[in-house]
Amino acid sequence: MPWSMFMTAERKPDFAAATAAGSNHARNPGIPLDPAMFEGHGVNRSAAERRAASLTTRRSVKKAHQAAWLVNAIRCIDLTTLSGDDTEGRVRRLCAKARQPLAQHIVEALGLGVVTVGAVCVYPTMVPHAARALRGTGIPVASVATGFPAGLMPLHLRLEEIRWAVDQGADEIDIVITREHVMTQNWSALYDEVAAMREACGPAHLKAILATGDLSTLRNVHAASVVAMQAGADFIKTSTGKEGVNATLPVSLVMIRALRDYGEATGHRVGFKPAGGMKSAKEAIAWQILMKEELGRDWLEPDLFRFGASSMLGDIERQLEHHITGRYAASHRHSPA
Amino acid sequence: MTTVTDILASMDYGPAPEDSRIVTDWLERFPQGFGHFIGGAFTAPNETFEVRNPATGSVIAHVAQGTPEDVVAAVAAARKAQPGWAGLSGHERARHLYALARHVQQHSRFLAVLETLDNGKPIRESRDIDVPLVARHFYHHAGWAEVLDTEFPGARPHGVCGQIIPWNFPLLMLAWKVAPALAAGNTVVLKPAEYTPLTALAFAQIATECGLPEGVLNVVTGDGSAGAALVSAEGVDKIAFTGSTEVGRIIRRQTAGTGRPLTLELGGKSPFVVFSDADIDAAVEGVVDAIWFNQGQVCCAGARILVAEAVASKFEKKLAQRMRTLRVGDPLDKNTDMGAIVHPVQLERIRELVSRGEAEGATLTQGEAPEGCFYPPTIASNVEPASTLATEEIFGPVATITTFRTPEDAVMLANATRYGLAASIWSENVNLCLDVAAKVKAGVVWINSTNIFDAGAGFGGYRESGYGREGGREGMTAYLAHPGPVASRPEVEPEAPVATPGAASTAPGIDRTAKLYIGGKQARPDSGYVYAVPGGLAGLGNRKDIRNAVEAAHKVSGWGKTTGHNRAQVLYFLAENLSARAAEFEGRLASFGIARAAAKAEVDASVRRCFWYAAQADKFDGAVHQTKTEHVTLAVPEPLGVIGVACPVAQPLLGFVSLVLPAIAMGNAVVAIPSQTNPLAATDLYQVLDTSDLPSGVVNIVTGEREVLARTLAEHDDVAGMWYFGTVAGAKMVEAASAGNLKQTWTEDGAARDWFGPVGQGREFLHRATQVKNVWVPYGE
Repeated sequence: MPWSMFMTAERKPDFAAATAAGSNHARNPGIPLDPAMFEGHGVNRSAAERRAASLTTRRSVKKAHQAAWLVNAIRCIDLTTLSGDDTEGRVRRLCAKARQPLAQHIVEALGLGVVTVGAVCVYPTMVPHAARALRGTGIPVASVATGFPAGLMPLHLRLEEIRWAVDQGADEIDIVITREHVMTQNWSALYDEVAAMREACGPAHLKAILATGDLSTLRNVHAASVVAMQAGADFIKTSTGKEGVNATLPVSLVMIRALRDYGEATGHRVGFKPAGGMKSAKEAIAWQILMKEELGRDWLEPDLFRFGASSMLGDIERQLEHHITGRYAASHRHSPA
Repeated sequence: MTTVTDILASMDYGPAPEDSRIVTDWLERFPQGFGHFIGGAFTAPNETFEVRNPATGSVIAHVAQGTPEDVVAAVAAARKAQPGWAGLSGHERARHLYALARHVQQHSRFLAVLETLDNGKPIRESRDIDVPLVARHFYHHAGWAEVLDTEFPGARPHGVCGQIIPWNFPLLMLAWKVAPALAAGNTVVLKPAEYTPLTALAFAQIATECGLPEGVLNVVTGDGSAGAALVSAEGVDKIAFTGSTEVGRIIRRQTAGTGRPLTLELGGKSPFVVFSDADIDAAVEGVVDAIWFNQGQVCCAGARILVAEAVASKFEKKLAQRMRTLRVGDPLDKNTDMGAIVHPVQLERIRELVSRGEAEGATLTQGEAPEGCFYPPTIASNVEPASTLATEEIFGPVATITTFRTPEDAVMLANATRYGLAASIWSENVNLCLDVAAKVKAGVVWINSTNIFDAGAGFGGYRESGYGREGGREGMTAYLAHPGPVASRPEVEPEAPVATPGAASTAPGIDRTAKLYIGGKQARPDSGYVYAVPGGLAGLGNRKDIRNAVEAAHKVSGWGKTTGHNRAQVLYFLAENLSARAAEFEGRLASFGIARAAAKAEVDASVRRCFWYAAQADKFDGAVHQTKTEHVTLAVPEPLGVIGVACPVAQPLLGFVSLVLPAIAMGNAVVAIPSQTNPLAATDLYQVLDTSDLPSGVVNIVTGEREVLARTLAEHDDVAGMWYFGTVAGAKMVEAASAGNLKQTWTEDGAARDWFGPVGQGREFLHRATQVKNVWVPYGE
């Protein structure tokens, strides 16, 4: 079965903005704030680190399976540029790579149909450029918002920023939470803020960036994850990419366990997005193993799993080239993102 | 052929086989089979047996069946090599051990693949756990060889060590046995398990490659009969055994009276305690690392899950979910979590025990396992403490679940076992964790973790899980001898007590009756008889008096837990009161025919001894081992519990206090049998003990016929240690009788030790009075 058929026959993605992520499940509507779901919940860092360390030694994908897993990673990448010097031209180039993340000879050799990344992720003022560049591709535009990356802006301005980005064509909004609410354990403030942002998103999907590198303890990470989900986040996301520590496997483990518990308690499915610092194809495999082992097959689809990354794609492309040719590849022979 | 698009639909892992060609080629180079490794060379194999890959059932090698003659030859080679090996400097031995560590590391994949082929364990474990720990063990012990002289002054090697190891971690158990033995200057005859001899043979080749001198390491393969031959072989100076409690008992009986030091690392049924405030997901993962590690064929596996009622259903649900993601199958596949059971015999045993458990009402939840020598991961719930599955060591991937209400409940259930190897405790409350760690009877306690090993920490059990430690400083002591005193004229068995009237001569004055001393009260002997002793009559204690005394000793609560300072205060007070009655005791000793000056010296020495052990009570402490990053590994000396003490006939006061004081200084309770011939020196102590704030039951004294009373104590299942100072025959009797509950014994010729001299007291007594509990506390926030 060619890849394009697989996409249309089984995935049937609807690329309309209302279901921007091609979701095949109902959105998480959130629930009233329920501190009992996280207060007193034990999170043991040493144990989380042990589990994270052994995950990738317990599972291994080789040859065709490795190639498939790397292709799947591409499907889940939010190809990202979040730099102060972003320009329309830079965004156009990124979108071109998003439309065709793999060189055509690789796509053909692997017997694939159309392969695209999961989304393109940019700053709000870049949304119009991205929307234009991706028109007709079905690739969602994701925008960071709410005073990214620190988020220390008056709430009404942050909400307005969301509405503006959605209005400009963003299908997904990556918000940042106010870390102070976590530090002070002001859960109702955190809940109200995320709920208001979700409302401002309207049909666009909300990814809540917890900035786990700022939250210090894994218990904070767990509590913030649960509050964000209770407030209606469609995804919970680790990092802005600007904190001192980006996505790590132990932090991701704690977040997705929270996500699993939330799903079991409420029946609502929430996606997960690690972001920042992931550069290698090896990491792409590692995070997918984490998702499959802890959550199952469904969390290997772009409606429930995304990588926030950019340079990772280049390494994946090189590995896939090696898979086809048996020769180690050079990145300058592939198109840049 | 599976296409990339097919895989994208399933997102299966696919096969990830480890290539075993280099190892199978090596095995094929021995078409005639492997001989024994004796004196630096392989013997020509005579009678051989088949070694199979349990995952496939195919024969992968033929290995020699060791005969008593083979064992004799191996011991002779080890004996011949030993003086030269011990004669090397520590540094030179360190170089050899360092080379072994390096070569194990360099051949790591070879050894991992061979181990997996032979044992059936998943390649992930042999590659990531077993073999790295083997290398670490040799590195660590290269260090002990280097610093032996300064760290263990006065110690010497035992000589030739006979070592018998099990099939569950074949190469790792080799390392645990061989590395400390060689570091200390011993030479070795090793008998690997019948099911899994191959990595030991490969290791022998590696030893040759490293230039280990001939005869320093010898390997004799074979079944249990070869092991039995090794245990009883002439010229073996020390026996170390890891394996079943059943065989451990046989070895204890077989070695009784031989004077050969023995260390035993035996079975377990270790508790895995999950409190309601634990990180439940972490605890679930802990179970995977506990009982679904190495197919559950792990002596220290957390096999008995005890979970707080408040979180039991949540925990069980998560555990069942997690179990379903385990992959059971080809051990050489890198995606396999659980491989093959080592042998069909073991598989049959697991099946049999589980079906008994089912018949007793256990409910099973099981994962998947392929056809063949595989067993699925299994959770047995509704398991009552008395049932087969909760009490028998299954040695398979079967966890039982039992609920508890309170921490007290949890501790009670955790300790409701004959074993005492390990415990795993899960709670985010450090107070609770350490409280339970202190109360659980186990040699290794893992907090919020399980099955963590390091060469720098001691490993070994309490109770019927054996004695002796492997790893760290504790482990080295098992392979070092401190020359003990030798009697110029061995103690002869005292004459049988005469219980008929008319044999005693009484002192002038008001008649005094020396009863027994049990639970802080003077008690008449159950027999109703007395026997004549110098100075009057003493109670003729019998087995019921021993029973009562042991019960009284167990009723003491708090003595082992109170501070060393508090125990010191009592011992100082004892000294004070003994000193105040010095003249009385001198008179008593003189009445036995001891010269006045000698009597005075004996009382003086007794008072000083009180001071010495009072001083040690708050100083003999443990260590924080250097193990892994972000782990505190505490080595805590704990009292054994109730110790039986049979005193020598000579020096009736000093001999008694020299043995009783160290035991109680470390927090034990004691049932003492004083000098059979002169017990009144000890019975005079009742009033001293009474007035010194010693809690009732800490010291119990039963007079009478030593050998009879010592036998009852040695056989008693609720006595944790037995010290016997008497005849050679008595020592043998005590050691053989101790096999019932595998209590720790210390036996010596009663005439050997000069209680006045430097050997009359010392740290050795304190080591004997304690066992080390290693508590692992990972940290990080």
